[in-house]
Amino acid sequence: MVTAIPSDTDLRRRAWEAASQVVDPEIPVLTIADLGVLRDVEVHDGRVEVAITPTYSGCPAMNMIALEIELALERAGMPRPTVRTVLSPAWTTDWMSDDGRNKLREYGIAPPQASHSRRALFGEQQVACPQCGSGNTELLSEFGSTSCKALWRCKACREPFDYFKCH
Amino acid sequence: MAAINIQVSETPLVLYTLRRADDALILGHRLSEWCGHAPMLEEDMALANMGLDLLGQARELYSYAAKVEGRGNDEDKFAYLRDVRQYRNLLLLEQPNGDFARTMVRQFFYAAFADLYWRAMMRSTDATLAAIAAKSEKESAYHVRHCSEWIVRLGDGTEESHRRTQGAVDELWAFTGEMFEVDDSERGLIDGGIAIDPATLRPQWLKTVSDIVREATLVLPDNNWMQQGGRSGRHSEHLGHLLSELQSMQRTFPGATW
Repeated sequence: MVTAIPSDTDLRRRAWEAASQVVDPEIPVLTIADLGVLRDVEVHDGRVEVAITPTYSGCPAMNMIALEIELALERAGMPRPTVRTVLSPAWTTDWMSDDGRNKLREYGIAPPQASHSRRALFGEQQVACPQCGSGNTELLSEFGSTSCKALWRCKACREPFDYFKCH
Repeated sequence: MAAINIQVSETPLVLYTLRRADDALILGHRLSEWCGHAPMLEEDMALANMGLDLLGQARELYSYAAKVEGRGNDEDKFAYLRDVRQYRNLLLLEQPNGDFARTMVRQFFYAAFADLYWRAMMRSTDATLAAIAAKSEKESAYHVRHCSEWIVRLGDGTEESHRRTQGAVDELWAFTGEMFEVDDSERGLIDGGIAIDPATLRPQWLKTVSDIVREATLVLPDNNWMQQGGRSGRHSEHLGHLLSELQSMQRTFPGATW
C-alpha cells in the first residue's frame, strides 16, 4: 500500500489555514490572523507547533484561543498539535489587518488608530463613531468590557460604543 | 493536614524575578477586592482591568522564575504555597485598600514608578525580562494616566475628597522609598545589565508625582524616613490576611484543580 506523505511545506500551509480560522472568543468577527495574534506555524517531525502572542498580559481569552487552535488542527487531521506563546516582539494593534479593522467597525467596535509612537497613547484622541461615523464623540471610561477596549459615547447619535484601544 | 510551603532556591535572578512577580500579584489581588464595590460601574471595570493586567504580568514573571530556578516549581506553587515570610513584594502594595482615595494614591505612586521601570527594563540583556517589560510598559502607561486623573479630581475636588486624598498621601509616602532600594543580590544583576538601577528612575518619578500632586492642590510630606522590609520578607500584618484569602482554596484542598 502506498500512502502519499505530505511534505512539511504542505502541512505547514494547511496548518496555517486551519489555525487562521480560529476566532477571538470575545470578538467573534475577528480571526486570530486578523488580530495578528497568530505569529508562526512550524512543523517538527510531522507535528505542528503554532506560535501565538498575547494581546494583553492578562487576557483571559488566550487559554481559550490556544485550546481552539488545538481542536481546529485535530479536526484538520493533524494529531497532537502544540501551541507556544511568544512574548517578543510585543503585540501591537498595528498588526491588525485592514480587513480586520473593517470587520470590527461593521460589528460596532471602533478600530484602533495606528500608533507609530508611544505618544499616541497620551495624545487627545479622535475616535469616529462606528454607528454613524460622527467624530463628535467622548470617552466614558478608559477601561471597557475587556482589557483591549475602552468605552466611548457618540454625542451625535447618542449611542455608546466600544473602542479597541491602541496598544 | 499541616500546610506545606515550597522551598525556593533564591539565586539572584530567581529572587529578582520573584520580587517583581509578587509586586504584580499582590497589587492585582488588592484591586480585585474592589470588584463589585467601586464607586461607579466604569471604575469597577477599570480597577478589575488594571488588576487583570497585573495578574498577567505576575504569571509571566512567576513562570520565568520557575524556569530559571528549574526545581519543579511553577506559577501556582509560587502564588499558593509560600507563606508571608517567603513573599518579596513591596510593603506599599500590600497596604489595605482603605477608601477609594487611598487605593488611587497607592496605585498612583506605584504606576508612576512601574511605567518608568518597565520602559527602562526593555533594555535588559535578559531577553525574557525585556519581553515582559515591552508588554508591561504599554499597560502601565494606561494605569498611570488613569490614576493621575483621579488624583487631580479627588485632590482638587470637594473639601472631603481633598482631605481624604491628602491623608492617603501622608500615610503612604513612607512606603515609596522601597521602590528605589537595591541590595547586594541585585547589584550584580545591575552590573551585568540584566536589571536597571531603580535609583536612576527616582528624579523622573519624583517629578511626575510632584507635578500631579501640585495640580491636585495637594502636598508631599517633608518626612523622608522610609519603611523597608518587604524585599526580604518582613511584612506588615496585612499581607498574612491577604494571603489567607488568596490561598484559602489550595490550603484547604491541597492540589485541587477544576
